[in-house]
Amino acid sequence: MLHSLFTMVQEAAGAMDPATAKNNLSLLGAGIGIGLTIIGAGIGIGRIGGAAAEGIARQPEAAATIQTASVIFAALIEGAALFALVIALLYKLLA
Amino acid sequence: MTSLPGSTLLAMLQGHGPQAPAAAEHAGAQEGFDLGGMVMHHLVDAHELELPWGTVHLPTGWYVNLGPLGTVDLAPTKHVVLMVIAAALCLLLFLPLAAAARGREEGKAPGGLAGAMEAMVLYFRDEVVRRNIGHGADRYAPYILTLFFFILFMNLLGLVPWGGSATGNISVTAALAILSFILIEVSGMMELGVKGYLGTIFYAPPGMPPVGRAIMLVILTPVEFLGKLTKPFALAIRLFANMTAGHTLILSLGGLIFVFMNVAVVMGGVAIASTLMATAVMILEVFVAFLQAYIFAMLTSVFVGLIRHAH
Repeated sequence: MLHSLFTMVQEAAGAMDPATAKNNLSLLGAGIGIGLTIIGAGIGIGRIGGAAAEGIARQPEAAATIQTASVIFAALIEGAALFALVIALLYKLLA
Repeated sequence: MTSLPGSTLLAMLQGHGPQAPAAAEHAGAQEGFDLGGMVMHHLVDAHELELPWGTVHLPTGWYVNLGPLGTVDLAPTKHVVLMVIAAALCLLLFLPLAAAARGREEGKAPGGLAGAMEAMVLYFRDEVVRRNIGHGADRYAPYILTLFFFILFMNLLGLVPWGGSATGNISVTAALAILSFILIEVSGMMELGVKGYLGTIFYAPPGMPPVGRAIMLVILTPVEFLGKLTKPFALAIRLFANMTAGHTLILSLGGLIFVFMNVAVVMGGVAIASTLMATAVMILEVFVAFLQAYIFAMLTSVFVGLIRHAH
């Protein structure tokens, strides 16, 4: 299925003039990249959320510590996801 | 029912690239709204300040010749003005507090704003600087605290009307990251001595035979080297991307209203939904401003602590 998708994209790219093809294909690549990145970030932060909820359920006194730590870890994972967004932005700006 | 907003949106998303033939017909038939251009205009640096009463044109061309490094234009741009405003706000906030703290008698608790600021400063000194850097931490506390409040004010200035965040400019975050990099490496050198510092780069575990040591050195040295460079790079990109992404989202939500400007009924509904969403995202952005400033300062102190204790 993936193979036929790629074949379709390549045929469509061949049918356009090179400048349009470059523009459209780079947009497609950026879109796929952004989608995959957000999936990764979502999974990572979701796991932190689950672990935090479990930790607070086991030991309610540690709730504040767990909350602070989980916010920091979530921000670090989001930083990694935003690397990919910056590069996707570069795709669009550098045509 | 024609999909006029749809094809207009598509034509705009293609930005300044070549237009597909179908979209070109529609673009000729009606005025489009340049969403991409509007967003870029608000995000990038400019040579003029837009204020409520008009546009202030900033000077250009203060060229300074740096010899072999070429010529640099040191004229103030919008982001430079915003950085100066953030620095002025920091001074305005803390110089009176420091004077009050000096003048207050021993053991008496401060009240009001002084108390709140002192709580934040003490939280930073104890939980962030002293915990991560260990002994000799108090020498680093001023820089880490300055970093936090400066970045915080720059981030928050992006959320007020007619403002912009200087941290949305990669040059600003790169400069801050380079300063942190210099601090980390110099403190490592001062703590470990030159030989010990070089030992952090060219590292091989002590109990290995000579051939093993040579192989480990060859493999680990580029990795260590790159590790030293990627940490400030990550600091810069994290801050820049967070601020830029947040502002892009808010501007896109607002601009979405004008994308539908030819279809009045849809525009009304979109305006209500978009304004509500943009308000929610702006509340999140206040939180992100605090968080990213805290993360930058905390990671700097963590890296300083790591290199000082690298045995």
